[in-house]
Amino acid sequence: MPSFPKPKIPDAIVPPPLRKPGKPGLGGTPKGQAPHDLKTAPPERQSAGDKLLDRGKEAPIDALGWVDQRLAASGFLTGMLYRKVPKGTNWFYTLGSATLFAFVVQAVTGVFLAMYYTPSATQAYASISHINNDVPLGQFVHGMHKWGSSLMVILIFLHMGRTFFFGAYKYPRELNWVIGVVLLILTMTMAFTGYLLPFDQRSFWASIVGININGTGPVMGPYLSDFLRAGPELGATTLSRFYAIHMLLVPGAIIALIGAHMYLVVKLGTTAPPWMKAERPKGASPLAQLDAGANGNGHVNGNRVDGAPVSGEGGNGASA
Amino acid sequence: MADDAKQVNGVHEAPKQERAKPDPPGYFEGESMTRRRVFTVGAQALGGLAGAGIVLPAVGFAIAPIFHRGKERWEAVGPVSDFVEDTYRQVVFTETEGIGDAGKTTAYVRRSSKDLDEEAGKFVAVSNRCAHLGCPVRFVEAAGNFICPCHGGVYDFQGKRIGGPPVRPLDQFQTRVRKGQVELGPRYSVTNQLEPVRARDPGEFTGGIWEYLYPPRPSTFPAP
Repeated sequence: MPSFPKPKIPDAIVPPPLRKPGKPGLGGTPKGQAPHDLKTAPPERQSAGDKLLDRGKEAPIDALGWVDQRLAASGFLTGMLYRKVPKGTNWFYTLGSATLFAFVVQAVTGVFLAMYYTPSATQAYASISHINNDVPLGQFVHGMHKWGSSLMVILIFLHMGRTFFFGAYKYPRELNWVIGVVLLILTMTMAFTGYLLPFDQRSFWASIVGININGTGPVMGPYLSDFLRAGPELGATTLSRFYAIHMLLVPGAIIALIGAHMYLVVKLGTTAPPWMKAERPKGASPLAQLDAGANGNGHVNGNRVDGAPVSGEGGNGASA
Repeated sequence: MADDAKQVNGVHEAPKQERAKPDPPGYFEGESMTRRRVFTVGAQALGGLAGAGIVLPAVGFAIAPIFHRGKERWEAVGPVSDFVEDTYRQVVFTETEGIGDAGKTTAYVRRSSKDLDEEAGKFVAVSNRCAHLGCPVRFVEAAGNFICPCHGGVYDFQGKRIGGPPVRPLDQFQTRVRKGQVELGPRYSVTNQLEPVRARDPGEFTGGIWEYLYPPRPSTFPAP
């Protein structure tokens, strides 16, 4: 477990301190005197409705507390959600989340499209026509999936460009760059395999061209083509093969790698944009700044090791 | 560790018979493995075997089509009298069964002539699959050329490349005559000199060293 600096926990979820009953004879009110609040105001009788309302207000907190007692997740969650980010963090940093959101849209619409789609060479086209023309909102959901795929490819490229131009791929984040590149390739695989599924003229010829481009790789290329087509020609099993890759094999890999990708983002923290200057105390020498880098304050241009050790103090590279 | 053990043995000089301290610790005489290590290795080997028992068949199942060659298929495309020497006739026939129209392919068929071919009186069937990336080419009668709509590949009357990105001449189909009908059979590719070789996918060179860089696939039929 990474150790995060303790964020401020919102008052709403902090349980009140336990109240111990006062010991008789110690403090409290002198004998024979009414308690303080009784003297000034008569005790307020809570109606049954008010009591129920109070209980109701506490119920969600109680339920959360019950779960958290068993999961012990609140420490991790508050650490993750309230983690500090470098000064200068801006809208460009949302491109990764945008890509993730595009993936979620693809996953959700894809699951519902699968309810109507038939992955068979003779029925696929008819089932897509059925989705577009007969099913209520079918064209809308299909459209979201179809245009969303282009959106996801565009967003993942922009996200990669942001990472590259901000120098955010450098030490210690190289592994996250590698995972990101694999995710890019998997996204392209999704776009390629999904393209065939409507099985219209465009899908058919685009897939033939795509498979043949795969085949131009020396030595292994011809066998890769045969693997993709499940034979020497595009045939009956090609479509179901693409369907299985598109909706079972690659999505599983993408979900797993997104998990690893985000774990590393939270663990290592994000970089400051390259135009941010490091904050130095007045009169401090650059060397002193380097020494201070160990506690997460040595953030310079996002390029230098910015105090993002693999574990320990300041483990999320926070430098705000 | 070993030194410690020796020292301890040396100091005591064994008035009572003590069992010898294992050296290295955990091992007894003649042993090359501790009990713990035997079980660790054994359990991992079993796990590996069980994993391989699941993964290998699944992978084999997925890549099996690479090694499978379908049944040879011949289809009649018209009577012998339909085809002439100086131009092509377009025919459509089924190359892959079970997927309806998507399994059909187009060929351009003519009678072979003394000027162009080794033997006259046979039949030449040129595939319409472009040797660049597999788009469908069309025979343009006025030019006497095959032209690809995708990336501008151009082939001459025999199917040899004369322009654009294709890497070799157009594929051909084996032909034979049965009961007065011309029949088309398996596909094969040709080198730049129109020598038949085993079918290659579009985009793959043929002839010379390319025969090794783009090895023939087991799923295709031998060249005639």
